[in-house]
Amino acid sequence: MGRKTLIPIGPYHPLQEEPELFKLYCDGEIVTDIKWETGYNHRGIEKLSESKTYDQVFFLVERICGICSTSHPFAFANAVEEIAGIEITDRAKYIRSVIGELERIHSHLLWVGLAGHFLGYNTVFMWAWKYREPVLDLFEMITGNRNSYAMFKVGGVRRDIENHKIPAIRKEMSVIRKKVDLLTGAVMDDPVIHARTKGVGVLSRQDILDYAAVGPTARASGVDIDVRRDDPYAAYPLVNWKVITAQAGDVFAKAEVRLLEMYESASIIEQCIDALEKMEEGNVALKINDIPPGIGTGRAEAPRGEVFHFVVSDGSNSPARHKIRAPSYTNIATFKKSCIGQTIADATISLAAVDPCYCCTERMAAAYDVSSGEKILSANELINISLKRTGEIRKSNAGHE
Amino acid sequence: MKTDEVINKLAEKFSSDTLGVDLSEGRRGIVSISPSAILNVSEYLYRTEGYRFIIASALHTKRGFEIYYHFSLDPDGIILSLHVILSSDKPHIESLSNMFSASNWIEREMHELFGINFLNHPNQEKLISEGNWADDVFPYRKEFK
Repeated sequence: MGRKTLIPIGPYHPLQEEPELFKLYCDGEIVTDIKWETGYNHRGIEKLSESKTYDQVFFLVERICGICSTSHPFAFANAVEEIAGIEITDRAKYIRSVIGELERIHSHLLWVGLAGHFLGYNTVFMWAWKYREPVLDLFEMITGNRNSYAMFKVGGVRRDIENHKIPAIRKEMSVIRKKVDLLTGAVMDDPVIHARTKGVGVLSRQDILDYAAVGPTARASGVDIDVRRDDPYAAYPLVNWKVITAQAGDVFAKAEVRLLEMYESASIIEQCIDALEKMEEGNVALKINDIPPGIGTGRAEAPRGEVFHFVVSDGSNSPARHKIRAPSYTNIATFKKSCIGQTIADATISLAAVDPCYCCTERMAAAYDVSSGEKILSANELINISLKRTGEIRKSNAGHE
Repeated sequence: MKTDEVINKLAEKFSSDTLGVDLSEGRRGIVSISPSAILNVSEYLYRTEGYRFIIASALHTKRGFEIYYHFSLDPDGIILSLHVILSSDKPHIESLSNMFSASNWIEREMHELFGINFLNHPNQEKLISEGNWADDVFPYRKEFK
């Protein structure tokens, strides 16, 4: 037996945008054990929630995740509405589902890009993230924000999706289908991706049940669970769609499930906006004054799997206890099964395959002159500034060589 | 299967350990059991009935330390929560982590934040603040007058 070597990934590492430490114990190239340390960014959100009013908690839980920022408000709303026995209006249900599914599309595109990046296939990374941009633009049009949309509240949603915005959503859905076709083709037909992902990071059905993994991680191993169908909420029981599963349990199967889920999401969105168009605008939020004492359990199917919120109300305007379980909490723990026995090179994509949550919402802003309406900086001017700056750096470096 | 049938079946099977049943409307139910029965009841749910362990929620109240073990019966969309109350003085309960790995981290977390001891846990280290937090200080505990 060779000597065991410890290879740390993190707490700060170019591969991981969030601070967390994976300790890979290796014998030669093979990973023999793995440990995980977290808490570098522990924010005490459960405790913080007890000091916020029900209205404020939505803004707090929206900031748990930078990518699927609506999944936590979704589950929290379901929990509180269960305590208060509230049935929201149909229009609010459709709007909630549109937001939830748009988010699934952009989150899955983000994952496909990152998976390409982890494999050293950066063309997929750039394509996927490019196609993700118009979805974020849709969010900006609908909610005013590209991320952290602030749409949910107890009893409905904060803003209506006005009917004149619906054609733009419909058009984008037809565009995104073609883009997903292209990405699916690139992934399904590429021999290198097959070689790097098939049979890698396999999770058996028993592993999934043992670790209680959820979402695409579970569905790729043949565990047919999806809260949207099993414990229906919002508009999901009102539209037609199917749960995507695969059997192999490897990284390829997880990619397949996520890619195919995007088609289902597009279909759900189209059905929802068709229904919205036939309704009158307005009437998207009920007036809620008090939350009675009680216990509520709410869940929502986030892009990464089931989000679970447990809320205890004592009749005041803040939760007495608020327990949150994000899907990554159970999914990340499966690395004990998916990474041990693999080579170091495969361990990274196996870790990434469960889509541990990263926060990356940086963006470029275009500034407009208020009086003339003209762009202060055009794209060409930005390129010129960049070229000029690069030239300056080169020049100063040349002086030191 | 309907929620009340599921809950009543469980309460009947473990009638001597069931302390109370709370059936809310819809697909939710809470069964209060004595803490000593947690292993038997969980094993029945997980192995015999095919429930999935979602998570456990602990809270500190005047009654002591309360834990809700949330289980999901996915084909029917039912969440069944097992409720136990532990004493405020040296709270402890049997660990479920030898039955399924899903409870490993949450038990470590409850041990760290509330100071609840999980007996026979395979590795009851701190989860969130390994090496960075004083021993025997439990941030989620409350003080009652």
